[in-house]
Amino acid sequence: MKILMTLLVTLGLSAAVFAIDSEKAFDDPVQQARYEELIAEVRCVTCQNQNIKDSNAFIAADLRREIRRLMTEGKSNDEIGEFLVSRYGDFVLYRPRMTGKSLILWLAPFVLLLFAGVAIVRVVRHRMSLPLDEQTEEGGAQ
Amino acid sequence: MLRYFMPLVVIIVLLVFFYKGLGNDPGVLPSQYIGKPAPVFELPSLKDASRTVSNADLKGQVSLVNIWATWCTGCRAEHGFLMQLAEQGDIPIYAINWRDRRDSALSFLSQLGDPYVASGFDEDGRVGIDWGVYGAPETFLIDPDGQVVYRFTGPLSDAAWQREFVPRIEELRQ
Repeated sequence: MKILMTLLVTLGLSAAVFAIDSEKAFDDPVQQARYEELIAEVRCVTCQNQNIKDSNAFIAADLRREIRRLMTEGKSNDEIGEFLVSRYGDFVLYRPRMTGKSLILWLAPFVLLLFAGVAIVRVVRHRMSLPLDEQTEEGGAQ
Repeated sequence: MLRYFMPLVVIIVLLVFFYKGLGNDPGVLPSQYIGKPAPVFELPSLKDASRTVSNADLKGQVSLVNIWATWCTGCRAEHGFLMQLAEQGDIPIYAINWRDRRDSALSFLSQLGDPYVASGFDEDGRVGIDWGVYGAPETFLIDPDGQVVYRFTGPLSDAAWQREFVPRIEELRQ
């Protein structure tokens, strides 16, 4: 058990060794947490399946620096998002904003759920209206 | 009767979408600036740090803005074609030398030739971000009002030039 724990702790720490930004960007832990949250949500445009937190591509490093700068200037998360989207498009944010184009992404699940609900209600109503004769009660599906 | 055909219809619609999706290249991101003014920039000139290259240089003519760097292999690949284009002299090529070192960039141009009217030197990549650059090389087509007409990503070649740029330039000059 002890060995297992040691192993887990060592493995857990080893990830820190490979972190891209070895130094903290902000002294303030609140700002640092906000920064880490922000960079985890921005796509590295040149290495598309990574966020800029995990990538050491030039562009990812540049975008991290820009985000640090904007945060230092006191910009809000929305303003930082706007900065990125105006340059790189909605694609750059892992959580796309609700705009005309992405509205379907946000609404489609609810629309599908609504369809499914309507379908269930209709099927159930239809079955309830069937006569309860011997055969259907006993045999279920014919 | 309709209910038996519905699944078929749904599948056909999905297949059409899937088939179209196959042809999409996820690496191609459209520029956010198409039809909009080119991002404002002012950079020290690569060759003469006391001079600048900015939007003002692009005004009044159809021009190209090429994003390049010496560490970028695609830029080396397209350099020969850019030289050819510059020799024809049909369209001025401006450059943003992106995230590079001045000495490497200068020796690159003196060895392989300089196709650019002027190169801005974007050492820290700030202007690259403003232009929405995600990898060199990229080539922007700018109209006489300084608006972005088109962006090409990857190394330029004669084929790509004939296909993507020539018709657009002809349209701009009509």
